[in-house]
Amino acid sequence: MNNGKPPVLRVENCTMQFGGVVAVDNFSMEVYKDEIVALIGPNGAGKTTAFNFITGVYEPTNGRVFFEGSLMVANRPQGKMKRFYQGDANAICSDVVRKTPDQITKLGLARTFQNIRLFKGLTVFDNVLAAMHMHLNSNFFMAALKLNRGEEKRMREEAAALLAMQGLYHVKDKIASSLPYGQQRRIEIARALATKPRFLLLDEPAAGMNPQETDELAAFIKKTKEDFNLTVFLIEHHMTLVMDISDRIYVLDFGRKIAEGTPAEIQENEHVIAAYLGVEDAES
Amino acid sequence: MIRLNSKTKLILTVAALGLTMLWFYHLEQNPRANGYLIKILERSAIYAVVAVAMNLMNGFTGLFSLGQAGFMAIGAYTVGILTIPVEARPNVYYISGVAPWLEKIEIHYLAALFLGGLIAAVFAALIGVLILKLRSDYLAIATLGFAEIIRSVIASPQMDTITNGSYGLKKILRFETIYTPFILSAVCIFMMVLILRSSYGRAFLAIREDEVAAEAMGINLFTHKELSFVISSFFTGVAGGLLAMFMGSIDSGTFRVTLTYDILLIVVLGGMGSVSGSVIAAFLVTGGREYLRFFDEPLKIAGVQISLFRPGFRMVIFSALLMIVVLFYRKGIMGDTEFSWDGIANFIYRFLPTGKARRGNGGRDE
Amino acid sequence: MSLETVLQHVLAGISLGGAYALIAIGYTMVYGVLRLINFAHGEIFMIAGYLMIFSMASMPWQIAIPVVLIGTTLLGVFIERFAYSPLRSAPRMSIMISAIGVSYLLQNLATYLFTALPRGYPVIPFLKKVFQIGTISSSLVTFITPVITVVLVILLVQLITHTKIGMAMRAVSKDFETATLMGIQLNSVISATFAIGSFLAGVGSILYFTDRMSVNPFSGALPGLKCFVAAVLGGIGSIPGAMIGGFILGLGETFMVALGFSTFSDAFTFVILVLMLLFKPTGLFGEMEAEKV
Ligand SMILES: Nc1ncnc2c1ncn2[C@@H]1O[C@H](COP(=O)(O)OP(=O)(O)OP(=O)(O)O)[C@@H](O)[C@H]1O
Ligand SMILES: [Mg+2]
Repeated sequence: MNNGKPPVLRVENCTMQFGGVVAVDNFSMEVYKDEIVALIGPNGAGKTTAFNFITGVYEPTNGRVFFEGSLMVANRPQGKMKRFYQGDANAICSDVVRKTPDQITKLGLARTFQNIRLFKGLTVFDNVLAAMHMHLNSNFFMAALKLNRGEEKRMREEAAALLAMQGLYHVKDKIASSLPYGQQRRIEIARALATKPRFLLLDEPAAGMNPQETDELAAFIKKTKEDFNLTVFLIEHHMTLVMDISDRIYVLDFGRKIAEGTPAEIQENEHVIAAYLGVEDAES
Repeated sequence: MIRLNSKTKLILTVAALGLTMLWFYHLEQNPRANGYLIKILERSAIYAVVAVAMNLMNGFTGLFSLGQAGFMAIGAYTVGILTIPVEARPNVYYISGVAPWLEKIEIHYLAALFLGGLIAAVFAALIGVLILKLRSDYLAIATLGFAEIIRSVIASPQMDTITNGSYGLKKILRFETIYTPFILSAVCIFMMVLILRSSYGRAFLAIREDEVAAEAMGINLFTHKELSFVISSFFTGVAGGLLAMFMGSIDSGTFRVTLTYDILLIVVLGGMGSVSGSVIAAFLVTGGREYLRFFDEPLKIAGVQISLFRPGFRMVIFSALLMIVVLFYRKGIMGDTEFSWDGIANFIYRFLPTGKARRGNGGRDE
Repeated sequence: MSLETVLQHVLAGISLGGAYALIAIGYTMVYGVLRLINFAHGEIFMIAGYLMIFSMASMPWQIAIPVVLIGTTLLGVFIERFAYSPLRSAPRMSIMISAIGVSYLLQNLATYLFTALPRGYPVIPFLKKVFQIGTISSSLVTFITPVITVVLVILLVQLITHTKIGMAMRAVSKDFETATLMGIQLNSVISATFAIGSFLAGVGSILYFTDRMSVNPFSGALPGLKCFVAAVLGGIGSIPGAMIGGFILGLGETFMVALGFSTFSDAFTFVILVLMLLFKPTGLFGEMEAEKV
């Protein structure tokens, strides 16, 4: 996969500590252009947390994240955290770079959320339009006084085209929260696409979907990736789906990376088997 | 569902506007006899502007601000200070005199109104930088606090030669006809509607619905909250100026927190997130408040004094109304929908006996 | 200013601060449990003032004081039941509007029932007795307010740390949802919180109005807001914090007046609020909490 090209996304020695809980511990990984990479692991392993510091929702306690070769996020333990920091002292990073989530989205990363965060009271169409707002060219006065009719019209056409492409056009005037769960997940993906990303992060896209919807989802993700020329990084518990679509897989357990490799390699890996069996033991 | 075609709607709109104008013309023919009604209508129109502005921030952007009275005070004092006729100034500032630099400045009321809004907006921008990052309920307290600070600065003896301190201003330029406040209010509300319908309006709604998701969709929270706060405060300032012209004399007591609460009642009653709701409620509440004055007057039925009716009862009713709406009709009159002729048509249709009959026959409704 | 006048002002300041502290605790506890600024808390304090006026008209102070305290406690619990509990699952803004509505209703109701004119607050003879310590002389109430405050705060902290209901309160304010899942009776915890907060507001009201001598329907509004600021200053959710915040505001305000800035003394409170929220939003003793995404 590598072909000597630099990775699109590179996470370097990232640690995220909440109070005394180390949710992600010295985690490093890469995603290369045009790949579909999955992040798996038992509940509470720190997967969503990793997404959150990549997309600027949290600041990592320590570590760096590069996107398309440039430093996007970096932090080191500061203030009180210096004393409480439980991560690797040798991996302390020197830079500090802060970005808000919207700045990161503007760089070309878009995401969905594990617990679906649509704009619930708005129509599907407005959900998508709102996500296009960041690409607005006209300034506030132009837009507010309706002097940008051309642009407004173009935005609406684009939004309609996007929804049509995702097979969601027929629900465009429905209130987002009134739709079934599986559809809401797809709308969330469509909304993320409306920001015109090059890199898409999906947090458990199959959660709450029925088996048929899950089967369709695999094809949907692959098609979307081709249509929009995306690199995809996803978290998923549904193993069939993960093994089907991923080029490579990273496995987290208790915040640590315990394995990485192709689906075949991961299926063989004894640490992974142990981690998952361990969880099942604990649950039963 | 009835869908009127756009031509019918246009005709209805023009007819409604025409009738309103005709009514105003009729009222203006005899301003003395209709003075009371004219006053109520003017005040309602002005409150409608503040209510829509408050709704823009609270109902559409989801930021709970309670600073309305403060921004109205800024607009009102700007207009007051700059439109009192120069010859009348010594008389108004009879206690401490007027600041020399201010003595001769008198500007056109439209310019003064705009300036009032602008100053309010600048204040909002500065305050916003400080407080918009706070959680929503802290924001409410902080804006309330700022409104109090503004009020106490206006009333302070140090400001005597500018604001006339606690004595207040009088002889402010007044409206000559009902048309002026109505046209100005309509323009303000129309501009806010345009903003809300633009891409920025959608960004505001996105923030209201889910801040985290809005941010993840590339909407910068701070910029857009600041924008919403500044726009809202601009129009609140203009409305404060209009109120000053309406009242002719103001003092810092006019702009107490209760003024903000009155506006809040209008917004909640009309429906958080509905411009037309705010406008309708502004007229209902203001009109209701005037026409329900009899609640405050001692009432005798068959020679027996009803002790329930005495000064203050009206306000009890209005505050109870606020509670009832919040507890039982949380959506208010309009919810977050807007007035439309279709809505009216459907409303009437539902109550027409023929409508029911036709629906029973499997009429054209969905 | 001579040392003597400074001391005199310090005493007045901590006395006012003590009353503020007792009110601030109500805000801090309710906010801790419900994440709600109880805008009506200042009005509960004002109504307690009127209750005292009417009780003292017909009974001796030894009976009037407990009557007022019980009445105030019940009022607080009733308000929660009536105006806040139906809105448990409503958006935050609705509950806040309900709180404003209650505050507005109580103000208007007081105006209607008792007129807007200030009413004289009854004199509780022993509280008004003038004492002299060194060169400082003042009525007893000024001396004992801070003492009562500190004692009540110590008792309250004991209650919160050692009793079952206290622990439930702490659990609810740490994590509302988990606490309910763990089988904590949410409604009784919330009622207890309002009861304690209102009881303390009642005590605060007696001490405050004895010093100020009159009550009007708006007497609660501004002190209410100030006490909320005191709670924020001390770190919302922290009881000792609310006390210290109250003392700081009381002292600050007294000195503003003493130095001739009386028109700005109210504004001072809000300047403190804004500075605090800017530089240390968690307050002096508060804890940070992050939203889970
Ligand atoms: N904001 C936060 N504050 C404190 N702890 C947190 C926070 N967010 C996550 N955690 C903790 O970090 C750990 C990892 O959580 P995370 O949500 O990343 O897990 P996950 O791998 O996404 O699990 P799941 O598969 O259940 O979604 C958990 O122990 C969680 O309680
Ligand atoms: Mg997760």
